Amino acid sequence: MQRRSWVGAAYAAPTALVVGVLFIVPLVLVGWMSLNDWPLLGAPEINFPENYTGLTDNELIADAAWFTAKYTIVITALLFSVAFGLALLVQHQRRGVGFFRTAFFLPVAVGFASASLLFLGLLSSEIGPFHTDTYISWTSGSPNLALGSAVTLVLWRFAGFNMLIMLTGLQAIPLEIYEAARIDGASRFQLFRRITVPLMRPTIALVLTLMIAGSLLAFDQFWILTRGGPDNRTTSLVMVIYREAFIRLDLGSAAAISVVLLGVLVVFNVIQFGVLRRRSQ
Amino acid sequence: MRGISPLRATLAVLASAALVLGMTACSEDKSDTPTALAVDDGATLTLWTRAATEGVSKAFADAYNANHKNKVQVTAYPNEEYPAKLASAAGAKALPDLFATDVVFAPQYASEGLWLDITNRVSALSFKDKLAQAHLTNGVWKNKNYAVPHTIDMSVMLYNIDLYTRAGLDPTKPPKNLTEFAEHARKIDALGGDVNGTYFGGNCGGCNVFTLWPSVWAAGGEVMSADGMTSSVNSNAMADVFALYRKLYEEGVAAPAAKDEAGPTWLGALQSGKIGIAPGPSVWLGLIEEKGVKMGVAPITGMTGGESTFIGGDSMGIGVTSTKAAQAWDFLTWTMSEDAQVEVVAKGKGVPFRTDFAANKYSSADPRIVAINNLVAKGRTPYAKNFNATYNDPQSPWIATFRGALFGPDAKKALDDGAAKLTASLQKS
Repeated sequence: MQRRSWVGAAYAAPTALVVGVLFIVPLVLVGWMSLNDWPLLGAPEINFPENYTGLTDNELIADAAWFTAKYTIVITALLFSVAFGLALLVQHQRRGVGFFRTAFFLPVAVGFASASLLFLGLLSSEIGPFHTDTYISWTSGSPNLALGSAVTLVLWRFAGFNMLIMLTGLQAIPLEIYEAARIDGASRFQLFRRITVPLMRPTIALVLTLMIAGSLLAFDQFWILTRGGPDNRTTSLVMVIYREAFIRLDLGSAAAISVVLLGVLVVFNVIQFGVLRRRSQ
Repeated sequence: MRGISPLRATLAVLASAALVLGMTACSEDKSDTPTALAVDDGATLTLWTRAATEGVSKAFADAYNANHKNKVQVTAYPNEEYPAKLASAAGAKALPDLFATDVVFAPQYASEGLWLDITNRVSALSFKDKLAQAHLTNGVWKNKNYAVPHTIDMSVMLYNIDLYTRAGLDPTKPPKNLTEFAEHARKIDALGGDVNGTYFGGNCGGCNVFTLWPSVWAAGGEVMSADGMTSSVNSNAMADVFALYRKLYEEGVAAPAAKDEAGPTWLGALQSGKIGIAPGPSVWLGLIEEKGVKMGVAPITGMTGGESTFIGGDSMGIGVTSTKAAQAWDFLTWTMSEDAQVEVVAKGKGVPFRTDFAANKYSSADPRIVAINNLVAKGRTPYAKNFNATYNDPQSPWIATFRGALFGPDAKKALDDGAAKLTASLQKS
């Protein structure tokens, strides 16, 4: 018996080690950093709660938090609808469906930073293919245009990936249930509302969690495409963390924002899982 | 899913432990020993730089490697990523033997202790006074030297000779003050079509420090105190310069894209040959003419005359974690020699940072280059520890301030609010 538990521990060790080194250790380190004045070189000094109280007089944080929340709502709603729509379109085996599945999924193969650069070139009035008579800047002409460009990029890049997850969810629903409902005279809308959506709940939970966490941590698309502009109107929270850490070289303050953002993410996830568990019971 | 085998994981952990131990062992002797200032003994030196000035660093390295035992290996990183790359390397105590940085960021890196103290080495240089002083001063923190000039790039007025002729202006008579600059720009803009009078980086922090501040200096004004702690962006001298550019934009004399120009397409706009006259980096002269656009060069002027320039470019120092300081200094001293300044920099149409080589056999072939080189003595490089966060970063208060002054509803309020915010950012510890 004891031997078996040793073997078990040995099997778990690699994963535990990876999680420990790549997740637990950095997490504890960030927490510890946020309590210190942490120079790039040399010994840190405890300065709690300075890094946290400093957050309140950083105007950029409030603006960035508001923008990040707004972006998360917009992109989650749009990305979910588009991805679910695409999944429904290509769920049944038909002639040519393989082509469309591949086409929708293909953007996922492009790195996100590369995709952002592609869009930057595509939308540029200097080197892009679209020329209008009156000059227009898609990436920094106005806050809404800039947000719109970033949203289009994210939809193009991520819809296929989320479609794939939802496709597996759709295909896990036994066909007999649909058949039985159809025999009972259920309409298409009823099939969708009463069978597809309830049975998709775990998949929807997963997709929404991924989308919300991903959007709250948005960085590449704004860093590359809009540089947070115009006038800081598309500056995300992670961009503020980046500015604190690598421009101001204030690692303690950057760690403090990260800890707060982590707290928000944990709260969101707990609420989400709570709601979904209750409903599925 | 493939896992990582326990053996591999153990090896990885052991390897990283060995690395960490190795680094601690390496970081012992950091003293600036005057006994062996420079050594050429066949060491391999790593050198990091940003993409913008990679060409110069590589040219230096190639020429040095050709007749030295030491070998310099250059690695360039994308401009925007470079500060983050340096910060992470410093955190891991794995800085390269030599690294360059934008000269305006040098006080910050020096204050963070990322470079080795080279005060003794710099003092021992026989030509110390001949180095571009504004540039050299930016590598000083608390009276100690940490970096020396590596490349120079200055702001100048670049004007399109063909458009000058077409607009009936004399291309041998560039503007002597900003009012004339505006008149010339308007005349060229009147040619119509897709030609515009002027261009600027209306959404680019670094660009406007580089091109607008010299106009204030030329008029005897200041934009920031010498210690880099107080902003005077709301001074009349600065407000007048903003008002002039604002008017040019409102009149449509400046290209509409100038408002959103964040930097990446700035060069492209001038290369198009459709901009009459615009302030820009001197190193672009060659890059624009490559596209078949004939350009004239003139100093940046003040509202009513005078001339000045922003001496930009890169500084270079020895990484504080390097174990090859003497070899690295051998390379740095060589970059400041006549061999490097004339045969590499001047030959490549660059600006020598040794003022005693301003006139040399290569520059004398082109009077425009002599004019640029002579500006080094008149130019300035502003000094501030928080320069990047205050002026260059896209989220800097400077961008909000000048965009308010150039495009906002109330320029005066934007500058008054901006001065307070800039000062707060400069003083932030």
